[in-house]
Amino acid sequence: MGRAVTDARLLVTALVDPSGLRLDTDWTALIAIARAEQLIGTLAHRLDGLPVPETVAMLLADARDAAEQGRRTALWEAEMARRALAVTDTPVVLLKGTAYVAAGLLAGRGRSIGDLDILVPRGRIDRVEAALIAAGWEWVKPDPYDDDYYRRWMHELPPMIHRERDRMIDVHHTILPLTARQTPDAAALIDRAVPLNDGLSVLCPADMIVHAATHLFADGDLAGGLRNLWDIHCLIDEFGTGGLADRAAHHGLLPAVARAARLAHQLYRTDVPQQWRADAPTDALFRRRLLARDGWGRSTRPVTRLAFYIRSHWLRMPPAMLARHLWIKWRRN
Amino acid sequence: MRHALSIRIGPVGFRIGSDWRAPIDQLAALYRDYPVPDVADFTVRLFAARAWRRVIRPSVTIGGDYMLPDAAPLPLAHGLLAGEMAMNLQLALGYRRHLLLHASVVERDGRAIVMTGESGAGKSTLATLLASRGWRFMGDEFALLDPETGLVHAFPRLISLKNAGIAAAAAAWPDGRFGPSLPDTPKGDIRHLVPPAAAIARMDEPAMPALLLFPRHGVAADTRDVGASEAFVRLTQASTNYVALGEAGFRALTGLVRGVPARAIDYPDGDAAIAAVEALWAGL
Repeated sequence: MGRAVTDARLLVTALVDPSGLRLDTDWTALIAIARAEQLIGTLAHRLDGLPVPETVAMLLADARDAAEQGRRTALWEAEMARRALAVTDTPVVLLKGTAYVAAGLLAGRGRSIGDLDILVPRGRIDRVEAALIAAGWEWVKPDPYDDDYYRRWMHELPPMIHRERDRMIDVHHTILPLTARQTPDAAALIDRAVPLNDGLSVLCPADMIVHAATHLFADGDLAGGLRNLWDIHCLIDEFGTGGLADRAAHHGLLPAVARAARLAHQLYRTDVPQQWRADAPTDALFRRRLLARDGWGRSTRPVTRLAFYIRSHWLRMPPAMLARHLWIKWRRN
Repeated sequence: MRHALSIRIGPVGFRIGSDWRAPIDQLAALYRDYPVPDVADFTVRLFAARAWRRVIRPSVTIGGDYMLPDAAPLPLAHGLLAGEMAMNLQLALGYRRHLLLHASVVERDGRAIVMTGESGAGKSTLATLLASRGWRFMGDEFALLDPETGLVHAFPRLISLKNAGIAAAAAAWPDGRFGPSLPDTPKGDIRHLVPPAAAIARMDEPAMPALLLFPRHGVAADTRDVGASEAFVRLTQASTNYVALGEAGFRALTGLVRGVPARAIDYPDGDAAIAAVEALWAGL
């Protein structure tokens, strides 16, 4: 099988410099890593038209088909939500993958899209919830503790799923849990949103980057991080970084945005301003986490992953609350 | 991974990795006549969810490019079955070059019978019996229907025999190469049979569907016509990627049910089934 592929650097290299891939690349490993990182559609677009072995060409064509079908389904789901929410007279901002494809952005090319994520004003959340339930969405986990937890402390409603189309919707009213130390300006996110021609809108470019960076570095445990970082790379590539630092600072999220810009530059060679070109001491640890995937598509480096998992909870809530939360979760399982 | 094997079954290449030697050795023996793919379409992993599970009451977790979140692990004694399940799972969840129909397929003179039905309807047994009477076996798990050409492609993986089907196949194939007996699996007793040599040698030859059959085992012999609409609905239920393919899947399936006659046959035993199939085939 040749030399073993021990981390996801192979995928990163392929995305950055697709024409530099050699024909004797370990394609099976590359494809397994790209699937595991949900970047197979993106890789397929990057390699479109380049010389690859015939089997690989067929696989990548399938992946482009799949992404196209995913795009169509995501846009249809957004349209369903638009129709359901028209009666509420509420601004609806699309987030993440659906926003990228709805706005026709580079970040949407080949991207896999799971749930529909929308942002609405917090004051309208009850009305939005009622309209969605009337239109056929229902709760995924009707557990009293979880439900109460989401409503009191999270930045979104508990996830809902449509009973006929089997698709999930996440209704956000801001972009970080209420328990996090930073408090982004949710009203400003909606005020500055850019309308699409169908009544839905997307975040303005700077806010889109702030949200992607926040999601990656101020909230989760970096699972699927290479995909989210690729989003950030594409957004910066397409929109540049003018006004980004000010906007990030306004939301109190400059550290996350700076981290995102530095890592995008380090891994994807994203063109960023000078102040984000120098490595910070902890960046190596983040790269180690982001690349923790072997040539079989397995996650590796369990200690690093655990550290980032703990970090994600640490960021999300104060210590006493975290202890109580974990205690309740543990007792229930 | 520590132990690995690559094989191609019809148009689909697999790379199978395992924490243990036994499942790979068993797969390698049974799949020894299959080609090696240059690049695998899918990676399959048989692994211990916890490190000590490699040695203490070893249990095989099924994984790969596509995974089910709550798949129950199997004991190492059923490692071969785990490998087969994991390969099927990759197709069911990730394959989209062809429309996948949960069906068995046999071919004669370039024309194919596609047989589908619920688990236990006997489509696997029927395909095995027909293969012992001059038909080419093309697969007993998935029929791969090409939306562009309307042709069905072979996927002749190991024949998975269950319970009473094991003895019936042993009688029909006295010289057959069988895998180890796997008693008391979640699906009952299972034993794998290597498809006939012709099925493997000719697995890259597709065939044009000529008859859709909905067999049902264990009831009095009967044959009835199945309308295109009913066939369509039953086949959407028998497809694992119909929804994922979108318009291409719809085109493939409507083309199939419009172009190919569909019949339901009930049969009390193998001989009656073969007589019914041959009679239908002669009358096409």
